[in-house]
Amino acid sequence: MSSPLLTVSCLAKRYHRGGKTIAAVEDVSFVIEPGETLALAGPSGSGKSTIARLVLRLIEPDAGRIQFEGDDFFALSGSALRARRARLQMVFQDPLAAFNPRATVARVLDDALRIHGIASRTERPRRIAALLERVGLNADLAPRAIHEISGGQRQRVAIGRAIATNPSLIVLDEAVSALDVSVRGDILNLLLDLQAKERIAYLFISHDLGVVRAIAHRVVILDAGRIAESGDARAVIGAPQSAIGKALVTATPKLHRTTAS
Amino acid sequence: MSVLRRFLRTPEAIAGAIILAALFAMALSASLLFPGDPQAIAGPALLPPFQDWSLPLGTDRLGRDVLAELFHGSRTSLAVGLAAATAALVIGAIVGTLAGFAGGLVDEVLMRITDAFQTVPGFLLALAFVSVVGPSLGVVVMAIALGAWTGPARVARAEVLSIRERDYVAGARVIGMHPLEIAFREVLPNALPPVLALSSVIVAAAILTEAALSFLGLGDPNRVTWGGMIAEGRTVLRTAPFLSIIPGVALVLTVLGVYLAGEGVVETTAVRRSLS
Ligand SMILES: Nc1ncnc2c1ncn2[C@@H]1O[C@H](COP(=O)(O)OP(=O)(O)OP(=O)(O)O)[C@@H](O)[C@H]1O
Ligand SMILES: [Mg+2]
Repeated sequence: MSSPLLTVSCLAKRYHRGGKTIAAVEDVSFVIEPGETLALAGPSGSGKSTIARLVLRLIEPDAGRIQFEGDDFFALSGSALRARRARLQMVFQDPLAAFNPRATVARVLDDALRIHGIASRTERPRRIAALLERVGLNADLAPRAIHEISGGQRQRVAIGRAIATNPSLIVLDEAVSALDVSVRGDILNLLLDLQAKERIAYLFISHDLGVVRAIAHRVVILDAGRIAESGDARAVIGAPQSAIGKALVTATPKLHRTTAS
Repeated sequence: MSVLRRFLRTPEAIAGAIILAALFAMALSASLLFPGDPQAIAGPALLPPFQDWSLPLGTDRLGRDVLAELFHGSRTSLAVGLAAATAALVIGAIVGTLAGFAGGLVDEVLMRITDAFQTVPGFLLALAFVSVVGPSLGVVVMAIALGAWTGPARVARAEVLSIRERDYVAGARVIGMHPLEIAFREVLPNALPPVLALSSVIVAAAILTEAALSFLGLGDPNRVTWGGMIAEGRTVLRTAPFLSIIPGVALVLTVLGVYLAGEGVVETTAVRRSLS
């Protein structure tokens, strides 16, 4: 029971571009406990999205291991991998790009339920309505096309799709960065609420330390693909040790306000 | 409705639409206006056009009604043109999607096959195929499609290569969708517009290829075809040139109409896409 939900060990991913090798991720290790939020912060190009894609098996690593729910995640393939994906979900930054331009709200949620055999065809409309309510949306939204709803509603649909398969971990890559400030707060509250109710763990990627402070238990700060520092989110953001950590804190003006309040 | 209005704004599109409408009207009314066998003898041989109003376009070498043949021939041209183009687009879209989406060895093999087909001129391919398998409508359709699917395959592959990097494809993988479902349900429909933009050219080429095959006597022998009519008229070209000219003009008009209407459609959808 005390084993971590996700263990990432010595992960590395290198890209070769024009004869040069870019170490997008180098020797990165961290763990995520059940029901915990771990934030990945760092400047642009520090490898945050690459780690997200590695953890989700969207790209293959050059080195390292990932254990998820006790299994070697890189050893899974084919239908076993697809089935396990139910437990490891993702929310993207741009909620418009994250959906098929032809999709409707209902279809997006229906796909997740159908693929993992969570509900029978006749049962699914009811499950879709329930999912929409869980993410704070009206069930009337179901027949709408994805491009016909607002950005905030879209991100709620994305969260609805992510929780549809009953995951234990959701990777959120800049999931609130594209939203305006008021909507951002609502979405963060929704995420906190879901975590409290269902003990979902989050790998929360953001360059905004204000947001990280508001939602994360622990934070890993990356610099050029390597871990610069890590620890309790409030402690690290309150007194960063690494140069990049200090730079990120000073670059976040809103932080002082949230710290004061 | 406004799409139709926008489509009908350019004179080329209007001309194309009128020609196509006339063609479809001909094809649909052929058996109403000219019931019975168009290849049956209807009057004296080699009657010139505009002499006898029961046979307005005259008769051919065997005394067959040219107008009836023209109407029935439009059916063959349209049917073969549309069927062959559809087959070519379907095959091309499937091959292109598989190649682009799977990548690696599958891509390599499929694209080498595409190359091989593309290096052989489409008409030679069709000629060889029909000569070996024997002329019938279905074989002619397949033969033409065989030489026409490579263009759509390339366009589909290029489009799929760009679409497969989009977030929503990653999203589909994350929810555990099967790769084939991702390829054909998520990616292919979004890759179709530029592929469909090729359809008018392919239909026009297919109609011409069908005519050429029929001209060489490799069309379905049980059907009237414009190419067959031209070939038939060739033997009496000096004395009765109209027998070749009439189906020839019909063929040119048809190809022009298909092309113009197709350009109009492409224009309309391009405008709509740039607006959205
Ligand atoms: N497909 C790719 N091919 C080549 N290089 C890549 C590729 N993807 C990422 N990289 C490089 O890897 C490094 C890390 O990129 P990554 O997208 O993980 O950064 P990030 O921390 O998410 O940045 P941002 O905050 O801008 O999203 C960058 O230098 C990037 O240029
Ligand atoms: Mg990123």
